[in-house]
Amino acid sequence: MSLIRKPLNRRSILRAGALGGAALATPTIFTSRAWSAGYLNEPTGAEVVLGFNVPQTGAYADEGADELRAYQLAVKHLNGEGDGGLLNTFSSKELQGNGVNGKKVAFVTGDTQTKSDAARASAKRMIEKDGAIMITGGSSSGVAIAVQSLCQEAGVIFMAGLTHSNDTTGKDKRKNGFRHFFNTEMSGAALAPVLKNNYGTDRKAYHLTADYTWGWSQEESIKKYTEGMGWETTAAVRTPLGAGDFSQYITPVLNSGADVLVLNHYGKDMVNSLTQAVQFGLRDKQVNGKDFVIVVPLYSRLMAQGAGENVKGIFGSTNWHWSLQDEGSKAFVKSFGQEYGFPPSQAAHTCYVQTLLYADAAQRAGTFDPCAIAAALEGFEFDGMGNGPTLYRAEDHQCFKDVLVVKGKENPSSQFDLLEVVEITPRSQVEYPADLLGGELGACNNGA
Amino acid sequence: MDVIILQLLNGLDKGGAYALIALGLTLIFGTLGVVNFAHGALFMLGAFCAVTFNKLLSLEIVTTDPTKTTAWGTPLEIRTPYIEAYLGDFGNWVLNYSVPVSILLAIPVMLLFGFIMERGLIKHFYNRAHADQILVTFGLAIVLQEIIKSIFGANPIPQTAPDAVRGAADIGAALGMDPGVIVYPYWRMVYLAFAGAIIAAVFAFLQFTTFGMVVRAGMADRHTVGLLGINIERRFTIVFAIAAVVAGLAGVMYTPILPPDYHMGMDFLVLSFVVVVVGGMGSLPGAVAAGFLLGILQSFASMNEIKAILPGIDQIIIYLVAVVILLVRPRGLLGRKGVMEN
Repeated sequence: MSLIRKPLNRRSILRAGALGGAALATPTIFTSRAWSAGYLNEPTGAEVVLGFNVPQTGAYADEGADELRAYQLAVKHLNGEGDGGLLNTFSSKELQGNGVNGKKVAFVTGDTQTKSDAARASAKRMIEKDGAIMITGGSSSGVAIAVQSLCQEAGVIFMAGLTHSNDTTGKDKRKNGFRHFFNTEMSGAALAPVLKNNYGTDRKAYHLTADYTWGWSQEESIKKYTEGMGWETTAAVRTPLGAGDFSQYITPVLNSGADVLVLNHYGKDMVNSLTQAVQFGLRDKQVNGKDFVIVVPLYSRLMAQGAGENVKGIFGSTNWHWSLQDEGSKAFVKSFGQEYGFPPSQAAHTCYVQTLLYADAAQRAGTFDPCAIAAALEGFEFDGMGNGPTLYRAEDHQCFKDVLVVKGKENPSSQFDLLEVVEITPRSQVEYPADLLGGELGACNNGA
Repeated sequence: MDVIILQLLNGLDKGGAYALIALGLTLIFGTLGVVNFAHGALFMLGAFCAVTFNKLLSLEIVTTDPTKTTAWGTPLEIRTPYIEAYLGDFGNWVLNYSVPVSILLAIPVMLLFGFIMERGLIKHFYNRAHADQILVTFGLAIVLQEIIKSIFGANPIPQTAPDAVRGAADIGAALGMDPGVIVYPYWRMVYLAFAGAIIAAVFAFLQFTTFGMVVRAGMADRHTVGLLGINIERRFTIVFAIAAVVAGLAGVMYTPILPPDYHMGMDFLVLSFVVVVVGGMGSLPGAVAAGFLLGILQSFASMNEIKAILPGIDQIIIYLVAVVILLVRPRGLLGRKGVMEN
């Protein structure tokens, strides 16, 4: 053995790189179950692993934490612990609280950071290293679309968390992806009649829109429905994501002739833009002989907490709210509240329901094969999950159910009691043709 | 005309925040020669002094009402703030004025933090490359952010201005224009006046006190001041703490404008560095002038009429102006020869 160090050259670097790459890839190649079974990550032991991909850091970390709480509760209930939650009210009675297909449910978690590349990396890690058979979660449409695409390529099911853009089950839909949460098209359809009843048909609207996929989708849907009932759109201004101070976008509204401000913002942007719009006295203004009003098309309780008293009296839509009095909602609020000491958010609700729906589909299919589960979910009709009778439409993998129109509460009784449900818009009113939003589901991929 | 006045006002209060942060950055750079990427985090810490003060004032006596239950079946909690229970109307008054009153908490906290930060960390990097200083202070900023997030969560926490200065003033009507044409929030006017007062106080301190004279001398020639037997290091430590207080107070007073969250410092940091560079490294008047200039330009670039001609200009205007100014005046608006040139 020579101790003389050989000089590095291009060839030796290439050779070392190739050997190093092969060595690094070895564990994945030999441990991947894709080659040893009929589908990717087929569970062979006593457990089945689910991957919960939520924002644990970044601006949506609080929402992500609530999603994770819901997922952990769902796993408990699936494994027969706790009070069973929505398993008691779910119309399908396949799940018995003894796991799924005879296997105990286990989980791994990933941090999306609300960034598409980070979310894809954590999902990939959970699929390749942890053997996750299904990926679920997220608090952003950009992230959901990116992870859905990854799951399609890998060959696992993606059960979307909080994603509201039409594109998730529209132009970017995938055969392996499913969404329980509603979308901007449904928000527009549900909100418009309430706005018409409260503010009339002769209104001029000014939109401030977050400049990314969800914002564009939300603006388009609200414009479509409000213009359809006679409102005029004065201007639609795109604002950078995370602008912080929106004053320079709000002041032009003052003398624009508009009497409605539509804030197509979510999360921190919505908290800031609404707070500043109220500070500029927009809600105290009279324009065109009418009271100036603000509309926030997509609400969440966590956002309402951030905006404080500024949300009072402002209309918006939401997927679910803890104050609902149907048996499913009451059961979920009771389970979650007893576990954590406060009521669940809409993000927690949709994530919990998605986990149960996936588990139920696997149980009904008698396998964890993604294509069999996709087939079991397509066209599935169910009830007892807090949103009334619901359909998982086969053509676009979008859930159709009642949509809630809410309003910021004038006299909240607690820090959680910030929104009141003013109307439950029936499912029939928010349904739309399957080809309206474009896109192709493509073929199912089970990773084999 | 009304649009121009409104955007000018917007630019002034935004510029006020930029100028206050940039002033502290320039003070630290001019005295210690340190590029402090944790300065945005100091702004955020100041804001959270206001949040902490408000939370302390809002501590509640929790009792339960066994006759009523929550939606999840536990007894309903009845919460009464201690301050309201023990101090009555005066307690409510303090709670109402919690943002301005929290300055009393923020000053000692930020002074202490600035002192510890300089003595415990920054002084070890005086003679290191600027890249090392940037890395360590940026790392510190991330650590501070994560600590705040672990305590307060990631959601913005609303802080309200006192009732007396809530709402907006009809400036248009006062100027003889139609009512409602130019309205501006009272608190933003308070903020602008506050920023002006702090800037004036810092300049007066440096200009008219012996301490300030020594600091200015040290900024010009640290070595010679040391040879005169003056402990310039001790004075620079105090300057660092003062810069931390300025950033902290800017953060405290900004909370009713922008509900604070753990990331708010980072949002201001990059822009403030651009302000420092445009103003001229080490130039205090340059930092203030550039802060207001860039704040106003950013506001004007957001006007619909301008965006219709140049889409997206609102997002790049600051950097565009920085490029132009640095091409025309490589040392920035009021930069001095020899600073950061070796």
